[in-house]
This record gives sequence, C-alpha cells and structure tokens, in this order.
Amino acid sequence: MEYETIAAISTPMGEGAISIIRLSGSKAIDIADRLYRGKASLKDVKTHTIHYGKIIDPKTDETIEEVMVSVMRGPKTFTREDVVEINCHGGLVSVKRVLELVLEVGAVLAEPGEFTKRAFLNGRIDLSQAEAVMDLIRAKTDQAMNVAMGQMEGRLSRLIQSLRQTLLEIIAHVEVNIDYPEYDAEEMTNRMLKEKAGYVQNKIKDLLTTAKQGKILREGLSTVIIGRPNVGKSSLLNNLIHENKAIVTDIPGTTRDVIEEYVNIRGVPLKLIDTAGIRETEDIVERMGVERSRQLLKKADLILLLLNYNQELLPEDIQLFEAIQGMDAIIVVNKTDLEKKISLDEVRTLAGPSKVITSSLLKEEGIDELEEAVRDLFFEQGIESQDMTYVSNSRHISLLNQASRAIGDAISSIEDGMPVDLAQIDLRRTWEILGEIIGDTVSDSLIDQLFSQFCLGK
Amino acid sequence: MTTTYLAGQYDVIVVGAGHAGVEAGLASARMGAETLVLTINLDAIAFMPCNPSVGGPAKGVVVREIDALGGEMGRNIDKTHIQMRMLNTGKGPAVRALRAQADKFDYQHEMKRTLENTEHLTVRQGMVERLIVVDGVCKGVITNTNAEYRAKSVVLTTGTYLRGKIIIGELSYQSGPNNMQASVELSNHLKELGFDIVRFKTGTPPRVNGKTIDYSKTEIQPGDDEPRAFSYETTTFITEQIPCWLTYTSPETHDIINSNLSRSPMYSGMIEGTGPRYCPSIEDKIVRFNDKPRHQLFLEPEGKNTEEVYVQGLSTSLPEEIQRKILMSIPGLEASKMMRPGYAIEYDAIVPTQLWPTLETKKIKGLFTAGQINGTSGYEEAAGQGIIGGINAACKALGKDPVILDRSQAYIGVLIDDLVTKGTNEPYRLLTSRAEYRLLLRHDNADLRLTEIGHNLGLISEERYQAFKNKKAIIAEEKARLASVMIKPTEEVQALLKERGAGELKESVTAEHFLKRPEIHYEDIAAMTPPEQPLSAEAAEQVEIQIKYDGYIAKQMLQVERMQRMESKKIPEDLDYFAINGLATEAKQKLSVVRPLSVGQASRVSGVNPSDISILLVYLEQGKLAKIAES
Ligand SMILES: Cc1cc2nc3c(=O)[nH]c(=O)nc-3n(C[C@H](O)[C@H](O)[C@H](O)COP(=O)(O)OP(=O)(O)OC[C@H]3O[C@@H](n4cnc5c(N)ncnc54)[C@H](O)[C@@H]3O)c2cc1C
Ligand SMILES: Nc1nc2c(ncn2[C@@H]2O[C@H](COP(=O)(O)OP(=O)(O)OP(=O)(O)O)[C@@H](O)[C@H]2O)c(=O)[nH]1
Ligand SMILES: [Mg+2]
Repeated sequence: MEYETIAAISTPMGEGAISIIRLSGSKAIDIADRLYRGKASLKDVKTHTIHYGKIIDPKTDETIEEVMVSVMRGPKTFTREDVVEINCHGGLVSVKRVLELVLEVGAVLAEPGEFTKRAFLNGRIDLSQAEAVMDLIRAKTDQAMNVAMGQMEGRLSRLIQSLRQTLLEIIAHVEVNIDYPEYDAEEMTNRMLKEKAGYVQNKIKDLLTTAKQGKILREGLSTVIIGRPNVGKSSLLNNLIHENKAIVTDIPGTTRDVIEEYVNIRGVPLKLIDTAGIRETEDIVERMGVERSRQLLKKADLILLLLNYNQELLPEDIQLFEAIQGMDAIIVVNKTDLEKKISLDEVRTLAGPSKVITSSLLKEEGIDELEEAVRDLFFEQGIESQDMTYVSNSRHISLLNQASRAIGDAISSIEDGMPVDLAQIDLRRTWEILGEIIGDTVSDSLIDQLFSQFCLGK
Repeated sequence: MTTTYLAGQYDVIVVGAGHAGVEAGLASARMGAETLVLTINLDAIAFMPCNPSVGGPAKGVVVREIDALGGEMGRNIDKTHIQMRMLNTGKGPAVRALRAQADKFDYQHEMKRTLENTEHLTVRQGMVERLIVVDGVCKGVITNTNAEYRAKSVVLTTGTYLRGKIIIGELSYQSGPNNMQASVELSNHLKELGFDIVRFKTGTPPRVNGKTIDYSKTEIQPGDDEPRAFSYETTTFITEQIPCWLTYTSPETHDIINSNLSRSPMYSGMIEGTGPRYCPSIEDKIVRFNDKPRHQLFLEPEGKNTEEVYVQGLSTSLPEEIQRKILMSIPGLEASKMMRPGYAIEYDAIVPTQLWPTLETKKIKGLFTAGQINGTSGYEEAAGQGIIGGINAACKALGKDPVILDRSQAYIGVLIDDLVTKGTNEPYRLLTSRAEYRLLLRHDNADLRLTEIGHNLGLISEERYQAFKNKKAIIAEEKARLASVMIKPTEEVQALLKERGAGELKESVTAEHFLKRPEIHYEDIAAMTPPEQPLSAEAAEQVEIQIKYDGYIAKQMLQVERMQRMESKKIPEDLDYFAINGLATEAKQKLSVVRPLSVGQASRVSGVNPSDISILLVYLEQGKLAKIAES
C-alpha cells in the first residue's frame, strides 16, 4: 500500500540541543535532496549513512541550517519505508523553518503517532508493540502533554459539543420544514438561518484564533521570570536550562530584552522567559525592555517572582506582587548564602496562596524544590492557559479549518439564494466534521483516530 | 400433527399481499420465477389500513425508485388517485416530493387485477401457519388448511397481522388491521424457530361521513393543476381531482382529551408495544406539546365512490364514546357522523438486525422478510422492501447474484441498511434526513439511478429501456451544447435579469454558466438559444438541476467516494469477532449480531466506535481477518 510521505520534528520540544526532522515514505529521499546541499546527492548515497551539509531554501538559495542527514532506505527501517533524518543544531526557529520547507516541497505533516502507525501498518510491529513503544515515549518525555491534552480536550470537547448542539437545532428545524411541509411548524427563513450559521462560524473562527496564538502543548506554558534588577533572574534561567544562555553580571539591568528558552521541567513543558528587571529606568533601551516585560506579564501562564534574601522588601517588590494578583505564581527568595535581610513572614503574607521557596542560585540550592513546585502546580492544581489555547493538535486544527470552510459554504449558499436544503448539506457537513474532532462521527480517517492519542514522533 | 397434502411446487412463495407482498410477488414472477402469493383475505390486496395517500417527502422518492426498478406502486397510484400535489416546491430539487391521495378501493382492485394478469404468478387465499425448515434451509410453507407448498425461497410480508391486537379504550381483541383475521400461529412458529421478536404499536383515526361535514368551516386543499405522475411510464393523466380540506382541533377538543386521559389505553398501561414518535396519536400530541394551542387536521376522502372521509391527525385509541365527542368539538365536524372508530393495533415484528442486506434471514437460508414485519411503518417503506425481497428471493431461486442497493443509490438502500445495521426500537419511517446523500437521491433522477438495474433483472421492458437511454443521451448532448454556447450581455438579457431582480451580466458567459444563476431557468436559455429539438419537460429539468447544482452534487459525490472506499473493504460473513484482540466487548457483541459485510457497514453499527473500526481496518489491511475466519 502506498502512503504519502510524512514529516515531523521528532525530538520533543525543548529537550536537548539537537532537533531531528524525520521523513518517512517513498519520496522521503527525493524531498530531502531538494533541500540538501552537500558533497553528494542524497539519492546516490549508501543506505544507513550520515552526511554533513546544508539545508537551503530552494526559492532563494538562502542557507537555513547546517545539518547532518541520515539516509535509511526501506525496508530495514522503523517504518519499513525510506526514512531520512535531518539533525538540526540551531534553535527552534530554524528547525521550524526546515520543517516548513520539507512540507513545502511535498511532505505532509505527520499526525501524532503516525510514524509508529506506519510501522504498524507496514507490518513492522504489531498493535501491542505499537502501543508499548508509544507508552514508552509518552512516559519518558511527555506525561505533561497528555495531562494537558486531557484538560484541554475536556474543555475543547465541551465547546465543540455545544456548537454541535446549536447546529443540530438549526438542522432539525430545517428538516422539519422539509419532511413535514404541510405542518404548521414555523418556517426557518433564510435570515434566521444565516444569523444562526453566522454565530457558529464566529465560534469556529475564535477557536482557530486560539490555535494560532498559543499552541501551549508545542511551545510550553509561558513562564515569566520577574523581579527587580540583579535579583538573579538570568541565573535562574541558566540554572533551569543547565546552560549559560543569559548573561549574568553584577550590574543591575544586564538583561535588556526578553530571552526565551524552552525547557521540560519534570514533564512540564515550559517556555521560560527571562525579563529585564522591572524598575523605573532612564536608559531607553532598558526601558523598552521593561515595557515588554510588563506586557509579557499579562499573557503569562505562570510567574516566577524573584526576591532578594539579602535586601528588605522594597516598594517595587510590593508593586510586583500586586501586578501578579490572581495569577499562578511561585515566589523565589534568592541569595540565601548572603545575610538575611528580608522578612519571610511578610513575603508569605504577600504571596497568599502562592508557594514561597528559598534558593541560592550561586550554590545551586533550592532548584529541586522549585522544579517540584512547578510540577505540583501543574499536575495537582492544573495551571490554566491564559490565552485560552484549546486547540493545539494539528488534526484538530485541520478539522476546524474544514468546518470553517463548510459553514462558510453554507452561509454563501444562503446568501446566493440557494434553496435551504442545499445549505443544509454544508451545515450537516460542519456538524459531522466537528463530530470528528471529538470522535463522534466515523469517517474514513478512522484509523487515524486510534493513533491520535499517541504523541508526535518516536 | 395432522397430515398435510402437497399443494404445489414453486420457485418463490410470498406470504402476504399487502404493499410489500404485491411488489415481491410481481418482481419475482416478472423475473421468470414461478411465484405463489398467499394472503389471508383476497379482498384486501394492497389494502391501505390507514391514510389513503401515497408519497410525500422521502416516501415519494421511494415510489419513483420502485418504478425505476420495474415495480408497480407508481403505475398503480397513477391510475387510481383522486389528487396529486408536488410538495416542497419552494425548496431545492432534492426534497421536492410528489404525494397522491388514493382512491383506496380502486387502488386495491387495480393491484389485484395486475396480479391476476401476471405470468408465472398465482394468487391464492390462505393462512400460512408454519414454514418447512430442513437443516437451516427454508423449503416451503404449510397453511391452516394443511396445504403444503414447496419452494426454493420464501418471502414473509405479513405486515401488522402477527399476533395483531386491536385496542379501543377499554376494549381489546385479537385482530389484524380493520378487523381482519390475525396471524397467530405463524408468529408463535417464528419464535420457535428462534427469531427475536419485538412488539410494536400503531394507530389510525376515526372516519366520518363526508355528507355530514360542513366544509365551509375548513380550508380547501386542492391538487396541483399541472398533471403529475409517479411512474416514468405513465402517459395518460387523471384530470378530475377531488380536494382535501384542512381544519384544526379546538380548545374544547383539548379539554375533552385531557379529562379523559385515564381512559386512554396509552396511559392506562394497556398497550405494551412501542409506538412511533413521528406519528403520534392525538392524545400523545396534546400531552407532549401541551403549549401548542391547536393541531392541524386534514380531511381526506377515501375514494370517488364512497363518502367516507379520513381525519388525518386524529389517530386515537380513546374509547369510542370519547372519539365521538372529540369529532363534534372540531370546526366543520360538529354534526359529522362517525363511520368507524379509530383504534390502536399492536403486533409482532422481527428484529431486523437478523437479516442480511438482501433481506434474507441469517438464521434460515432461503427465508426472506419484507415490509412492516421488519419493523417499518408505511406503505412505501413496505413496498420498497417488498421489491428487493422479491428480487433477491427470485435471484436465489434462479441462481443469480443478489441485489443490494447502497446508501448513495436509493432511499430503499438507506432504509434497508438502517434496518439491518442499526435495527430500530420504534416503527421505522423514512425521512429525507436519514439519507446523507439526499441531493443525489432525488425524485427526478430515480430513473437515472436505477433503470439499468431494473433492466438487467428483466423488470424493465425493452421499449421503456430505449426511451430511457434516449433521454440520457439527450441530457448529455444538451449539457454539452450549453457548455459551448455563449450568452452575450445584450439588452434583452439585461432586461430579463432586471425583471428577475438579478445583477447585470458584465461579459459573455457560456449558457451553462448563465444557468447557474439562481434566477435563471432552462426555459429562459432555451428561448435565447433553442436546441434543435425541444427537450421534454423531464429532460429539461435534468439539464437544469445537473447544471445548477453541479457544485453541490460534486461535493456529495466526493462524500460518496469516501463511503464507497469503506464499503469496498469486505468482511467475511463468518468472522469471529471475539477472536480479535483489542475490540471493545460491546463492539464484539454488536458486530457478532449484525455481521456486517463491509467495514463501511460495520462503522454504522451502533455501539461500535471509531477505534474498533480502526482495529478492524488494521486487521483487514494485514490480511489477518481472512486468517481468523479460516481458523
Ligand atoms: C391501524 C394501522 C395504522 C397505521 N398507521 C400508519 C401510519 O400512521 N403511518 C404509516 O406510515 N403507516 C401506518 N400503517 C402502516 C401501513 O399500513 C403498513 O406499514 C403497510 O401497510 C405495511 O405493508 P406490508 O405489506 O408490510 O403489510 P400489510 O399491508 O399489513 O400486509 C400484510 C399481508 O400479509 C397477509 N398475511 C399476514 N399473515 C399472513 C399469513 N399467516 N398467511 C398469509 N397471509 C398473511 C395479509 O393478509 C396481508 O395481505 C398503519 C397500519 C395500521 C394497520
Ligand atoms: N550571592 C549570590 N549571588 C547571586 C545569586 N544568584 C545570582 N547572584 C548574582 O547576582 C548578580 C545578578 O544576577 P543576574 O542573574 O544577572 O540577575 P538579573 O535579575 O538577571 O539581573 P538583571 O538582568 O540585571 O535585571 C550576578 O552577579 C549573580 O552572580 C545567589 O544565589 N547568591
Ligand atoms: Mg538578567
């Protein structure tokens, strides 16, 4: 059986420095070769070999990324198809760029678990093996994602269900008019129909907007580190990502702009954001940074507020507490290796329900405790995503796009003065597609449904 | 046991001559199978125990489909109606529906005569009590007069007669519809054979003498002026039509009913059968929709040579005394004389998931069931199953491949697929909304969908087949012509558009493109650029519909393709679902009962969810299904 060539980023986001883009399918080598510049064409290399080269944008010839590419011809591969793995070293942005190019030149985005599914369909592994592999992957990297999925999908499916109910009511009303033309049920006019369909359309659009905004599951909970200058924000970031990404100095105001890093803390995907210390400042560049920090604060899902153990609480600190009222936050009192000048009781009062942790980043103390606090907050209390990101799964997004088109078609046939039962075709289709999102209707992509619970890649 | 005598040998025996039975018998005989039709009462062939009408949304399309397959219902009603109307004319082509008021006596007589004059067909009065079953194969039937008839296949179309029981208020007695003899032994025998039986219920309103109705208090409901016909063969039309009349219940009606609910067998617990939601009795309507101030009642004459009038919308099983009070509370019926009371009837039906899509039972080979016995309700639903049951019984006897219509081919396909795949927990009625490909299943294109099949079976005459092919060719030619002829933005054209309230034409377009405008009709185009030979009204209608709704039709075709892909993945009949790991227990059980023939059908079984289907698909794609079935 011939399947399309699929591609996906197959290292979990934020874990490790290398990201791999994996392609599988009969066109895998061909597609990779169109983007690859190296010593030899990938079509000519031996199977199961790895090659250094560059990925270029074929339209502009611009170099996107330096890469190592492994070529493995089927059937001795995981999926039994031709497999190419592009190992990228750069950050998330360039990895995404490479993926986009791969998709542009002919691959389709793999759905979660699709590589395993291929292996399964091609007879490489049986169902129980497939499930075991998936369980393993899931357990190792992404327990958080699944929990998050559970939460998100709970909300998503409630929303979809209510939309479907609305649609069903409209449809039923039109059906009554059709199947019982002589009965004295109120006739659904085009104006009523358009109004109601418009409502559904807007709701679908809203959902799609949230999908574009956040994508929490791929990009992590947006976690903002705040605190007065020089309390150790950049040190905290570096500690959490085990790398010296942010510049740390003893000069207050070192971090001028926002630094973002992806990190997986005990299974919780975070997008860590280090900010410029918040205080009134004269320096223009710094001030711009401060302004952005304030904005980020509004959109954050989780706040890490740093205080200085070695200083009394200042009015700026208190302002920060006020600014994060009602948000999920963890308070970190840093520099415990220095003399205590802060009143922890006062801090706890200000913190309210938020957990307070003490640390010495210099001595790498208190980090475990912080990581645990993050995990507990996520799993036990369930941080809610601020930007209402319900939709993150690419299957959902693609179905929502289809639903949006279908309801749009319904509305345009009403506007074109087409008979109501024709608009009905698209209304029903919308209803069915929405049903597919929550697994309520059956279509020929059914097999995908079994696997949609599995996460991306191997 | 008393001894029987061998009374005859046939290819096919049809038990029952209701709407299912007559179609089954005629189709079988016309296919050349020696056919016997047995019925309890020869005077009630194609009898309409309820409303004297044929057609309506979905049902009307079924009549056309029966006609395209070479069946009789369409021709028969064309000859015997008292009025016809096209419904839903304000809506799209897919839901337009023809409905006829029948002269119910003429309808029976005409059908009886057709049966009597059909070659290879014997009609006989007789009450079947048992089936002859040898090693799981049905070999014939035995009647209460000890006649033993042998056949290669048997079709049961016993309608509402199985252990029928009539209920009027506190009165109840064993009976078929309209005081006909009930069929008790056969029902018990089916249970003995191991069939699952359900008990359903339906009802009918009282009839009144039309002479005693004051029509001035009602609204007239005339037939259409334009001549109409169900059959593609009909060329002579009945011109003299008789109107129906519309009146409403009054507040007094509602009071009478509300204060006598305790005497309604529906609420006193006397009725055990499940009634249909879509066809409720008047007491049901008033209880369930008590905020509705009044309900419509249509007064429908039962025929030309009778004064009896059917009061549609007033189905009831309240005591006779109350029925008479109700009638007198209705505007126009104050002085009316009731001729027969309404009643409820309970009857046995077999659970239809026990059937293959051919309507053959899974339990007993060579035994088919069709019509209300399968849990449906309605004449058209019965007739649609009847023709398929008859065709497949004859195919079996003659050693031909069976005919199964899929959901995109015919409402009859939707009906049978629903029955055998999902079963039904109330009397099943066809609705247009049950069809997912409604735009393809139009009443105007039933011939294009099914004539070929009817012809292959030998049910369509050569003459009619030639006419059909001719029509098809003309449609294709005209469509091709319209795709090449240009319509220019002349003053004439702009004037027409303005008159229709449509936007101006900016540049020349093909006639095809022009016809896609909602305001423009084929006649307009034919006037601007006439074809060599003027098209018949039917051909013109096809051209217009096919072009105008082309986009929508294409969209549905795409859906059909998706369905057919799943439909083409076959499942072996004897697959052991319990041997497939990973299937949910509910799915294993349901699938073992239904035993779907394809993954498509499996996916429609209730209680089977997408992941079960995925697992099935996976096994299928790996060829494991075949192996499991073998071992
Ligand atoms: C009171 C009543 C109200 C109804 N109301 C509605 C309604 O509101 N809406 C609606 O859509 N439909 C209604 N119907 C249903 C409709 O009449 C039937 O669906 C339709 O007639 C069924 O056709 P059939 O061919 O299956 O069975 P029937 O028309 O019932 O024919 C059964 C045939 O089988 C024969 N038969 C039975 N047992 C034997 C036997 N043992 N041996 C030999 N012959 C036998 C009978 O003589 C008869 O010829 C109603 C029916 C009744 C009785
Ligand atoms: N003694 C001590 N010093 C620390 C600790 N954590 C950080 N520092 C020091 O504090 C100084 C400021 O640290 P940064 O991480 O740059 O602080 P920041 O909050 O990012 O500062 P700005 O970006 O300037 O706002 C550096 O010299 C760090 O080495 C700690 O736990 N104890
Ligand atoms: Mg800093």
